[in-house]
Amino acid sequence: MWDSLVRIFPYAIAFTMPLLATALGALYSERSGVVNIGLEGLMVVGNFTAAVVISRLQPTMGQAAIWVGLAFAMLAGLLFAVLHAIASINLKANQVISGTAINMVAGAITVFLARTFTGSGNIHITLGFVPFDVPLLCKIPVVGPLFFTKTYATTWLLLAILAFSWFLLYKTPFGLRLRSCGEHPQTADAAGINVYRMRYAGVLISGALAGLGGGIMLVTFAGEFNGSVAGLGFLALAALIFGNWKPLGILGATFFFGFASTIANVSQVVPALTKVPGLVLKAFPYVVTLLALVAFSKTNQAPKADGEIYDAGKR
Amino acid sequence: MKGLRNLFTALAAVILGLLAGAILMLAIGADPIQGFSYLFRGGLMSAERIGNTLATATTLTLTGLAMAFAFRTGLFSIGASGQMLMGGLTATALALTLNLPKWEMLIIIVTAAMLAGAIWGFIPGILKARFNVHEVVSTIMLNWIAYWTVYYTIPAHFKAKFLETESARIPEYASLKVGWLTNLFHGSYLNLGLFIALACAIIAGIILSRTTLGYELKAVGFNRHAAEFAGINVPKNMALSLAISGALAGLAGATYYVGYATNMQIGVMPSQGMDGIAVALLGANSPIGVVLASIFFGILHSGKGFMNAMTKIPPEIGDTIIAVIIYFAATSVLFTRLYDRLAAKLRRRS
Repeated sequence: MWDSLVRIFPYAIAFTMPLLATALGALYSERSGVVNIGLEGLMVVGNFTAAVVISRLQPTMGQAAIWVGLAFAMLAGLLFAVLHAIASINLKANQVISGTAINMVAGAITVFLARTFTGSGNIHITLGFVPFDVPLLCKIPVVGPLFFTKTYATTWLLLAILAFSWFLLYKTPFGLRLRSCGEHPQTADAAGINVYRMRYAGVLISGALAGLGGGIMLVTFAGEFNGSVAGLGFLALAALIFGNWKPLGILGATFFFGFASTIANVSQVVPALTKVPGLVLKAFPYVVTLLALVAFSKTNQAPKADGEIYDAGKR
Repeated sequence: MKGLRNLFTALAAVILGLLAGAILMLAIGADPIQGFSYLFRGGLMSAERIGNTLATATTLTLTGLAMAFAFRTGLFSIGASGQMLMGGLTATALALTLNLPKWEMLIIIVTAAMLAGAIWGFIPGILKARFNVHEVVSTIMLNWIAYWTVYYTIPAHFKAKFLETESARIPEYASLKVGWLTNLFHGSYLNLGLFIALACAIIAGIILSRTTLGYELKAVGFNRHAAEFAGINVPKNMALSLAISGALAGLAGATYYVGYATNMQIGVMPSQGMDGIAVALLGANSPIGVVLASIFFGILHSGKGFMNAMTKIPPEIGDTIIAVIIYFAATSVLFTRLYDRLAAKLRRRS
C-alpha cells in the first residue's frame, strides 16, 4: 500500500498543477465578479502556444526553450482572455455564453492552425521537464518520498504563485479592491474604485494563469498538443467552487481531483485497485464533487456579484 | 418588430463569422471565394449532400431546442452532451437486445432514449431546485459521468465483433433510417429523426407560447423573484425545465446514434451538445430560429469535408466560423444598438 502510494504521489501532484494554475486564475476572475467558463479554451490556447514555441526553439535553445514556451503560453492566454473581457465587461454580454464562445473559438482555431503548421493537427515536443528529487528534503521520512521526490520545477513555481496570490488578495489594497468588485460593484464604485479596470485585471490574470496551466500540462505529462485539454478547464472551474473561492480551498480541491484521477489512470498497475471496476474509479471524482456541492451548498459563499453585469446606473 | 431585430443581429453575427473565416483562409494563403464555394457546394450540391445536411441539422435542432428551453427559464445547462450520450446508450442497448417489428422497436427506443435524457436532465434540475447547486457545474460533472458510463458499458455488453471501441452495428429493424427516405436522398444519412425534430420544434413552440407551463417557465426566466411573488413554484419549474431540456437532448442522442450513425463509438464527447448552445443563441431561443440556425450549421458541418478534399483549407474552418458566430451572437448588444439607431433614422425620414 505504502509503495503504491509513494509511486502514485508524484504523478498526482504533477496532474494537480495545471488544475491549480487554472483554478487560481479563475479565482481572480470570479472574485472580481466575472464568471470565466472559458478556462478550457484558455488552457488549450496556452497548450498550443507552448507547443509551437517549444517545438520551434528546442533544437537551438534546448531546455531553456521550455521556460520561454511557458512565458508565451501565459501571454497568449492573457491576450485571448481580452476577448472575454471585452464581451463580458464592456459589451455586457452574458458571461457564461461569452465563455462558451471562447472555448469553441480556442478549440477550433488552434487545431486549424496546427493543421496548417504540421499537417496532422498534433504538435509534439521532443523533451519536457525532467522530474528531480529535492536535495536534503527528499530524505525526510514519510514526507520526503511523498512530496519531494520526482518533482517538477513548475510545481514549486506554482506553489509560490499560490502563496503570492493569497497575500495579494487578502493583504494588499489591490486584493481588497478586486474582491469588493465581486461582492458589490456599485459600492466599490462609490468608494472610488474603477470597477471596469479591476474586472479587466481579474479576467486577464485568469487568462494568463490558465495559459500557464495549459503550458504546464504540455511540458510535464502530456508532451503533445492534440487540440484539447480533456476537460481539465471545466474541472478547474469545479475545483474553484468546490474550494469555496478560497486559495487554500482550491489547493485542496485540485489535489483531490489530481489524486482521484491519477488513481483511476494507474489502477491497472496497482494490485489493490485492479478489483475495482473502472467506471467506479473514473466517475468517482465527478460523483464526489456533486455530493460535496450538495453538502456544502448551505455554507458555500460565492462572490455576491459573481456573473453579474456591472451597470453603474443600478443601485 | 422584435423578430426583425433578432433577425438583424443573427445575420450580422453570421456575416462576421463568415468574414472571420475568410480572413483565416487568406492568412493561410487560400482563396476565400473558392473556399466558401466548395464549403456551400459540399453542403448543398446534390440530393445526397442535402440529405446529409438535414441529417446533421436534425441532431442540432434537438440539442438547440434543449438549450433554448433551459435558457428561457434562465438556466444555463451545458449538459446536452451527457444527456445525448445517455439517450444514445439507452437506444443502442435496446436496439441490440430487443427483437420486435420495426415500428414497435422504434417507438420503444425513442421513448426510452427520451426518458434517459430526461432523467439525466432532472438530476441537475433537482440539485438546483433543492440545494442551489449551480447547473453549469453539475451538468459538467454529469457529462463526464455519462462519458465514462458509455466508455465502460459498450465494450462490456454491446461491443462489436472485432473492435473494443465501438458497439455492434445497429440492425436495420432498429434503425431510424428507412429505405424510402434513404433512397429519396440517394443514400444519405437522413432518417426519421428529421420528423421527430420538426415535431419537437412545433411542440416546444406550443408549450412555450400557448400553455400555462410555458408561461410559468418564461416568468421564472425573466425574473425569478417576481415569479415567486406571483405564486409560481420556482424550484418545480426549474427542475421541470431541465428535465424537458434533457428529454430533448436524449432524443437528439437517439437520432444520432441509432439514426445518423450505424453504431456507438466510445471515448467521444458529442460536440453537438456545445453546438446546440450556438444554435439556440443564433436562433434567439425561438423554435423556428433554432430550426433555421441548425440547417445553416448543418451546411457548414457537411460541407467542410468536401472543402477540405478540394482545397488545402483544414476542415476546422467550419468550427471556427461557428465559434466566431456565437461570440458575436453573445455580444449582440453591439448590433441591437446599431439596429435601433438605423430604425430610428428610418422612422425620422418617413
